Amino acid sequence: MKLNERSLAFYATCDTPADNAGFLYKKGGRHAAYHRRWFVLRGNMLFYFEDAASREPVGVIILEGCTVELVEAAEEFAFAVRFAGARARTYVLAAESQAAMEGWVKALSRASFDYLRLVVRELGHRLAAVRAGGPLPPRRPHTLPPRRPRALPPKENGCAVWSSETPAAPSPRPGPEPPPLPPRRRASASNGPLDSASFAQLHEWYGQEVRALRGQWLRSQAQP
Amino acid sequence: MRYNEKELQALSRQPAEKAAELGMRGPKKGSVVKRRLVKLVVNFLFYFRTDEAEPVGALLLEHCRVTQEEPSGFSISFLEDPERKYHFECCSAEQCQEWMAALRRASYEFMRRSLIFYRNEIQKMTGKDPLEQFGISEEARFQLSGLKA
Repeated sequence: MKLNERSLAFYATCDTPADNAGFLYKKGGRHAAYHRRWFVLRGNMLFYFEDAASREPVGVIILEGCTVELVEAAEEFAFAVRFAGARARTYVLAAESQAAMEGWVKALSRASFDYLRLVVRELGHRLAAVRAGGPLPPRRPHTLPPRRPRALPPKENGCAVWSSETPAAPSPRPGPEPPPLPPRRRASASNGPLDSASFAQLHEWYGQEVRALRGQWLRSQAQP
Repeated sequence: MRYNEKELQALSRQPAEKAAELGMRGPKKGSVVKRRLVKLVVNFLFYFRTDEAEPVGALLLEHCRVTQEEPSGFSISFLEDPERKYHFECCSAEQCQEWMAALRRASYEFMRRSLIFYRNEIQKMTGKDPLEQFGISEEARFQLSGLKA
């Protein structure tokens, strides 16, 4: 299969900080010796170089669909990157310390594009829900289970509950303290991916802010 | 450069974000347009001969630029050599726009920037870091400093 190797090499050696880097021992094959290589993790690509100063990688391990596990090996601090499928290769690697090994196992097991995409989708839904002032959308079966499950309290009288405390009594103003103002969008367009929010969505979002502010002002006027 | 070709082949068989038969022309001078089945999976663009199961090749979509070339055509080039272009011909302007949008979102770097952006917005609005639940709030790759101005 052809691959844009020149671009790959460029990506491997570009200026931005890598997601992880360091020396690891890589086992050549099932009965082969370990070679010490300089490893650089960038995104879902694990590059390895002859040494830290090399301009071009010796090779790359594409990290989609792999599992990372500890292994029993003669070598200390060893772990494996394992792929599914018949005759699939297992890469046995060894770090130079316990801490380095743990760091690599953590980084590699979360390096896939698939994982990142799940997290991004989840956050995208959350941000949309927070902006709309409503409860979180129901969890879908394929989303990652959270470590400590949290849910936003449900809407009270059609208003969002901003504070995490349970609201005292149903009232237009949730909670004892006034809700924090939604942040102002910067005047200059950000390069964020949500610039594509429709005008209707933005209108609704700003409209809520205006209604909340107006409500506060009216109440403050009503007090003696 | 060595790479785990078997795994890349397996990846090419995964469900695609987008797949279509397009006209494709390589970057070399004098190359001709060929019909290829083009398939977008994670941050790779695979291209197959229309009747074959194994891809002819794959393009890793990091640090790439997607440019409109004609009303229904676009090109992909890479940071280190912007003039070296892979050309694609779509059957309509609409299909062209859809592909361009999908390809621009298909990089790990784009995903990372999106995550940092959402995280920051949610944190500003709720005072809570949404990444804590995933146990990844401390990872260097997701810090705000990762966003260039």
